[in-house]
Amino acid sequence: MSAYVTKSPWVVHYDGSSCNGCDIEVLACLMPTYDVERFGIINCGNPKHADVFLVTGSVNEQNKDIVKQIYDQMPEPKVVVAVGICACSGGIFKDCYNVLGGVDQVIPVDAYVPGCAARPEAIIDAVVKGLGVLQAKKDAMAKGGLPAPAAE
Amino acid sequence: MVKIIIGVIAYLVLAPFVGGLLAGLERKLSAKMQRRVGPPVLQPFYDVAKLFEKEKMTPTKYQDYYIMGFVLFVVASGAIFFGGGDMLLVIFALTIGTACLILASYSSNSPYAEIGAERELLAMMAYEPMVLITVIGFYMYCGSFNVGDILAGGHKMAILPMIGIFIGWMFILTLKFRKSPFDLSMSHHAHQELVRGMTTEFVGRTMGFVEISHWYENVFLLGFVFLFFANGTPLGWVIGVVVAIIAYFFEVFIDNCFARMKWQFAFKSSWIVAVVVGMINIFVLYICF
Amino acid sequence: MGTILFLILFPMVTAFVLLVIAKNDASRDIVVKLAAAVIAVAAIVVAVQFAAGDGQKFSFDGEIVNYIMMGIEALLCIYIVIIGIKHKKWLASLFAIIQTPLVMWFELTKGHHIEVEHPLYIDKLSVIMILIIGIIGTLIAVYAIGYMKDFQHHAKDDRRPWFFFVMFLFLGAMVGLVTSNNMIWMYFFWEITSLSSFWLIGYTKTAEATNNAFRALIMNLLGGLGFAIGIVILGTVFNTVELDTMLMYGSLYGDLVAIPAVFFAFAGITKAAQMPFNSWLLGAMVAPTPTSALLHSSTMVKAGVFMIIKLAPVLGMSNFAGIMVMMVGGITFLFASCAAISQVNAKRVLAYSTIANLGLIVACGGVGSPGAVWAGIMLIIFHAITKSLLFLCVGTAEHHIGSRMIEDMDGLFDRMPRLAKCMLIGIAGMFLAPFGMLVSKWACMVSFVDSRNVLLVGCIVFGSAVTAFYWLKWMGKLTAVVAGAESVEHDVHKEETFVHISLVILVIIACLGFPFVSQTMLVPYLELTFGGLAGGLLSHGNMIIMVIMLAVIIIMTAMFYGKSNKPIVDIYLAGANTGDNRHYYGSMQKEVEFSLRNWHMEDHFNEHRMNVIGDVLNIAMMVIGIGIMVATLVSLLGGVA
Repeated sequence: MSAYVTKSPWVVHYDGSSCNGCDIEVLACLMPTYDVERFGIINCGNPKHADVFLVTGSVNEQNKDIVKQIYDQMPEPKVVVAVGICACSGGIFKDCYNVLGGVDQVIPVDAYVPGCAARPEAIIDAVVKGLGVLQAKKDAMAKGGLPAPAAE
Repeated sequence: MVKIIIGVIAYLVLAPFVGGLLAGLERKLSAKMQRRVGPPVLQPFYDVAKLFEKEKMTPTKYQDYYIMGFVLFVVASGAIFFGGGDMLLVIFALTIGTACLILASYSSNSPYAEIGAERELLAMMAYEPMVLITVIGFYMYCGSFNVGDILAGGHKMAILPMIGIFIGWMFILTLKFRKSPFDLSMSHHAHQELVRGMTTEFVGRTMGFVEISHWYENVFLLGFVFLFFANGTPLGWVIGVVVAIIAYFFEVFIDNCFARMKWQFAFKSSWIVAVVVGMINIFVLYICF
Repeated sequence: MGTILFLILFPMVTAFVLLVIAKNDASRDIVVKLAAAVIAVAAIVVAVQFAAGDGQKFSFDGEIVNYIMMGIEALLCIYIVIIGIKHKKWLASLFAIIQTPLVMWFELTKGHHIEVEHPLYIDKLSVIMILIIGIIGTLIAVYAIGYMKDFQHHAKDDRRPWFFFVMFLFLGAMVGLVTSNNMIWMYFFWEITSLSSFWLIGYTKTAEATNNAFRALIMNLLGGLGFAIGIVILGTVFNTVELDTMLMYGSLYGDLVAIPAVFFAFAGITKAAQMPFNSWLLGAMVAPTPTSALLHSSTMVKAGVFMIIKLAPVLGMSNFAGIMVMMVGGITFLFASCAAISQVNAKRVLAYSTIANLGLIVACGGVGSPGAVWAGIMLIIFHAITKSLLFLCVGTAEHHIGSRMIEDMDGLFDRMPRLAKCMLIGIAGMFLAPFGMLVSKWACMVSFVDSRNVLLVGCIVFGSAVTAFYWLKWMGKLTAVVAGAESVEHDVHKEETFVHISLVILVIIACLGFPFVSQTMLVPYLELTFGGLAGGLLSHGNMIIMVIMLAVIIIMTAMFYGKSNKPIVDIYLAGANTGDNRHYYGSMQKEVEFSLRNWHMEDHFNEHRMNVIGDVLNIAMMVIGIGIMVATLVSLLGGVA
């Protein structure tokens, strides 16, 4: 049976250090043109209510604790989507002295959306991919154990 | 006696479905107003079902107790209402329920939850006079505090002599439903200034219970709208139900047409409405009945 | 009658023992505890003795007692005049100089010929009052043992014998007050309570305390003056000084009796600290907390509302005395509740809430229907228990956290777990549904609506909304579980804990047992006083629902309070929580502490503004009410002449 979490993935969106391009695209998903609420997706802005963690921008020394904490505060099952090339690998900032790299340097990432900026279609696609992970995690929870992080 | 039991059981069983359905239609309507497709009508049920699937966690071990009080007393106040009980008792039971929710938010000591709770308190202070005036108005016009007696009829529809109170009640329903422009304490929209307001620290099933209680609460608040039209005849029933549903969507409409107002406005306007339309209506009722 | 005389005299004897003989800590502890136990038991004995039947009036020749009282009154008058002059409080001296000679003159001339058949009486209302005084009053005295030890650390000289002397004197006088049928006797006890409160408030002898004590004295002497005038009118016009005769005349001569009644009611209004006389009660907050608790929950102010509840049958919407009383009460309820919002000091919040609740009781007395009086008496009972609990909790908190500010009660839930829970029960008892105060407020609301006074309905409707606001925000402060708080509760005096727990138990018993109290005590009393009940009481079914709700809460609390199997996680703070739930990392990676504060809405509910509005409205009401009554009297006397 499909888990309800796949029918109502609530999103928390965090801007690590992006140029805001990807953030605008994330918000564009919520707008009438793409209307992700069709799939029950809501931007809830609160990790404690969220199922999907959308991170834009790279992770650096200053925000790594925050990223880590938001992830920790989300209740299982949860997935992380790295939106944009900076979030995937650090992008053009990769070699900056304070940039650690992509989000996966700090927390496990389930889906990557490359692009600069990432296109809304791609973001939606990634979230839908994430739903599969949510389903797997839910099934694992029902069996009694939390799954191992899906990606490193 | 049988009527009471049927009323209570019907409420306990049906209210969450009606409330959830209304919430689903509300989201659909909001989406349409924003030229979106919107989620499925059953989306609120998916949301709550999902919340129950989530991992359990809590910021403090006292939160569950307060939430339990909230659920219990909101449901109880609705049950008293649909069981034909005393309206003042209904209001007082609902007050304990709301108080429990507020304390649940306070107990986490989270800044967002606490500010949300304080705003909810303010909302409570703002709507309480009008709620009491409504109940007193029914008592003066229909001669009883009991919902059962009002439903039994023996009087004309209360809507015309109590038109001022009806307007006042519609006004505070916005506060009660936490809709814009008075969605101060928490919001279903993406207003992010308080994270999630008083529900910030409710995780998973805790939040699920809160949602279900809100459905219960909404249904019986609409029950008050219905009472304005109840006169013991089938026509009264039909008109009452139709107007109650229209009232709900009217609030949704208002919700989508306004931005959030400052708390000062919420507070002052509610009291002014209560004094102007509520108290004057009461005065008129004193003179005429 | 023996037990009643015992209840009047025994506390007074104890008082002298405490003043003269038992001066050191150990012996005082024993005497106070023993005396408290004896008084409480005696009060219960009285209750059992007079529980059945319609009460009793006692006739005996009180001639000698009259002279003794007169002598004491004269001495007290001289005392007040002297201290008034010494502290340059001319008004106190002036009022004393007018009223005592007035009463004495009356007693020696006109009053001498008035036959007093029953100087003492007891009925169900007196029984309730005696139970309140005998149990709650003595509990406060027991609490004071521990409290005053801590208090003594900050004081220079040990004046505790005096403190306990006045306390017990007060209890004796209160019992006398609620059982006197002879208004002159009642007046005597009335004056003693005024003076005792003066001593208690001025206990610390600081400039502020003395000042506030004089304010209380002056206001209460003004009320006493009203009382004296009332007695003179009653005696001259109706040729009686007995309370029951007066009330009986009320049903015969209708609203004429309202003329003396308005003066007695005025006395009650001053004593019950209604606006504009509320400043004495606020000023009394400088006194040690047991004083506040004693004055504001079970004794002093309750004497004022007792008087008005007694007068209820001759008040009501039909005469201006009644309208004046109900409006003064209603206005006080509304504006005192509003003023409470802006308060940061816990004791002042309690004080304003006391004033507001007394306002409600006064308004009930003014409405004067059986339902209203039922509500008023219920309010007296519940308010006495809950408010003393709250005062005593705040007193203990003050000694352990070093502040009586609500904002400093952050994390009290962990710092003083037991105390915080007692306080929570007390606050819930003040305004939440299944607890007693709300039951009575509910009955109030119904009877106010039935009285067809729209303004009064407005007062209670808005006042209740405000009440919920200021209590809940305090409750919120208490329930907040602040991480890292450590318990400082280990050295609370065992007397204090004992009293807290006893009062909590009393709150619960009262809430569970109120239908029983209503059935056995209030209904017979009301039937006797009003000659039947014209509806207006809460239906039995509703009372039962309330009790069931409370039972559910108790069971829920016992089973689930603080029991959760969910893992405990940190709260969400935008930015990162440093892990202690008190700090977060700010923008420069700096740890920033956050703190949460209550909302006082100074712009909307400014204390001063609320007081001014309430004062002006009430003074206008009283001028109109008393003015019309005096005019009636003058025209009446003119007509006779």
